[in-house]
Amino acid sequence: MARVLVALSGGVDSSVAAALACEAGHEVVGATMKLWGGESDSGCCSVGDVEDARRVAHRLGIDHHVFNFTEEFAHHVVGPYVAAHGRGETPNPCIECNRHIKFDRLLERALRLGFDLVVTGHHARLDRSGGVPRLRRGRDARKDQSYVLSCLGPAALARLELPVGEMTKEEVRALAARLGLATAAKPDSQEVCFVAGGAGPAARRAFLEGRIELHPGDVVDGATGEVVGRVPAVELVTVGQRRGLGVAAGERCFAVEVDVAGRRVTLGRGPALLAHEIRLGRRTWTAEPVPAGTAVAIQASAHGRAVEAVTTEEGVQLRAPFRRVAPGQTVALYDAGTASVVLGSGVALPSQRGAA
Amino acid sequence: MNGSNRRIYLDHAASTPVRPEVREAMEPYWSEEFGNPSGAHRAARAARRAVDEAREALAAVLGCEPADVVFTSGGTESDNLAVTGSALHALGRGAATAVVCCSAIEHPAVLEPVRFLGGAELPVHPDGLVDLEALEAVLANEGDGVALVSVMLANNEIGVVEPVAAIAALVRERAPQALVHTDAVQALRWIDLAAAAAAADLVSVTAHKIGGPKGIGALVARPRAREGLTPILRGGPQERELRAGTLNVAGIVGFARAAELAAAERSAACAVAAARAAQLRAGLQAVEPKVTFAAEGAPRLDAIVNAGFPGISSEELLFVLDELGVAASAGSACASGALEPSPVLSALGLTAAEARSHVRFSLGPETTEDEVAAAVDALGEALGRLRA
Repeated sequence: MARVLVALSGGVDSSVAAALACEAGHEVVGATMKLWGGESDSGCCSVGDVEDARRVAHRLGIDHHVFNFTEEFAHHVVGPYVAAHGRGETPNPCIECNRHIKFDRLLERALRLGFDLVVTGHHARLDRSGGVPRLRRGRDARKDQSYVLSCLGPAALARLELPVGEMTKEEVRALAARLGLATAAKPDSQEVCFVAGGAGPAARRAFLEGRIELHPGDVVDGATGEVVGRVPAVELVTVGQRRGLGVAAGERCFAVEVDVAGRRVTLGRGPALLAHEIRLGRRTWTAEPVPAGTAVAIQASAHGRAVEAVTTEEGVQLRAPFRRVAPGQTVALYDAGTASVVLGSGVALPSQRGAA
Repeated sequence: MNGSNRRIYLDHAASTPVRPEVREAMEPYWSEEFGNPSGAHRAARAARRAVDEAREALAAVLGCEPADVVFTSGGTESDNLAVTGSALHALGRGAATAVVCCSAIEHPAVLEPVRFLGGAELPVHPDGLVDLEALEAVLANEGDGVALVSVMLANNEIGVVEPVAAIAALVRERAPQALVHTDAVQALRWIDLAAAAAAADLVSVTAHKIGGPKGIGALVARPRAREGLTPILRGGPQERELRAGTLNVAGIVGFARAAELAAAERSAACAVAAARAAQLRAGLQAVEPKVTFAAEGAPRLDAIVNAGFPGISSEELLFVLDELGVAASAGSACASGALEPSPVLSALGLTAAEARSHVRFSLGPETTEDEVAAAVDALGEALGRLRA
């Protein structure tokens, strides 16, 4: 029996996580974080979400608090998101939020307020059977969120509980419905919580437009060096992007490199989009650091497939050529055997000039 | 670590319990004398008489004529009527602009309508007093374009008492057409408005800060102001056509009773507040030598103690205090219920970090010595936990 703080986002997963924490006999308090008061107020943790969370807390008979982390969120998540785009990188703000807000500020606050553990509704599992907590994929492969938790370290994992990781999404919704929780049928939020208008490039552009200067740039054929088109905003182009490059449709070509300073997007076809290694910065480990030369499986997006790799001093070397990872994206490292235990993470660095 | 059964309420500036005498006075007007006072029959007349008597009683407390009392749904509506009503009236009269201006530390119920109308905000000195030179500058620049100057009599977060009479004198001299409004919502319990707000054309008050029910307030609109207001709630002819809507008879009766009691008990209440506040300050200083108090040095209400605890998050401090049974507050809540750092403290010159470490304790006439002592102990314990 412990004193636990449940991070209630207003969604069904965290609602059920709270219910399970209560069922387990813990002393439970719910808190929703207010992160963003800007124009969006949609997506995760909006006013509507706070109200949903409050209703769920009321139904479960637990206290509900709202924590104002808007300043920290602006500083650690939104600011870097905008700056990264200014450098031509493709950041993952949800991971930065986990890294700096949920499992840093919120966790710190929970401990100061006398809580033993933080509970969230992430679809992932914590295996404590071996003593040291190991982060594993959730049971529902389609909903697995181990990727967004891959940046956590041992101290945070020691204080975390993930009650819904053993359940499928259907089971979560069914349990919520049985418990009469208002969020049982609420759709999952998909967008970046502080960008209004959805997950697409238009919304992103609208958000960034007032915040960084957007510059038009040349689109250059990587093979010939020829300028083949123009883009209205270099900062909005992502490595791996195919459309919106101001180039006539035809052969399949992709942006393989984005040079903001040089106002240039380089196009490549097929093989040019593939890389053999990924340089990683900001590396984290869920338990002991993994030495160079270790076989691992890496995953470079929330639901991408995991591929074999070997750790190096600089990042990872891929066993087979792999589609380039845009700088700023998180790469999660899993065990080589089952690709289900998270070993750590890193953030893809810009590729060196000319490197394959 | 267990939740305490003890309840020490130090948030009287937010709201107060309805007094037994007030409940008793209101009781007949729910189901027995429930008539709509606007009607013609016996039930209506009985209700109307109750309203008339309440209006007279309130007018006596507020230092105005019964005809000057406009009943509203509360302080926020009174403030909105004063600000928006005076601006609309000036524009309706054909003025090219209607400048409304207020202090930077007004309650949002004044600030928001002023902002909506593109009005001016007057800075305050670090002690919370309005910068009169800034007011002079606005009056000089805008001249006869000024429709309203609004400065609260006592500030709800830091307790500063503004020189409303001096401000009114300045406005009469430099912009004689302008109306002077004062939000006296916090002041009503502690200050004799008949004297202190006499110079203002418009005065906002509400019941739930003085032991009355929520949902009822009034705007004192002296004759000159009554002619200078355009109503914002339109419909029936109630309140001399200044505020449409069926009168909240029970609320009005309760408000009047609460106001009478508050006026009769005011000196005693102020003496209690002074003693408890001194005890609280001394206690806080003993527990935390580095504690700072906002807006020292200006004339202020004793009942409001706004204390800063360096290095502590007020959100966390309030959480632990709440667990220990002590109710206090900080800043104001936003739509989601999260605490927003206080713009009042920023206006005083505090940094965001400093502002986020401030907590407001507001005492009531019933606050006891034991309660204050227990609150100080709880605070000591809370600080200990947060720093552990």
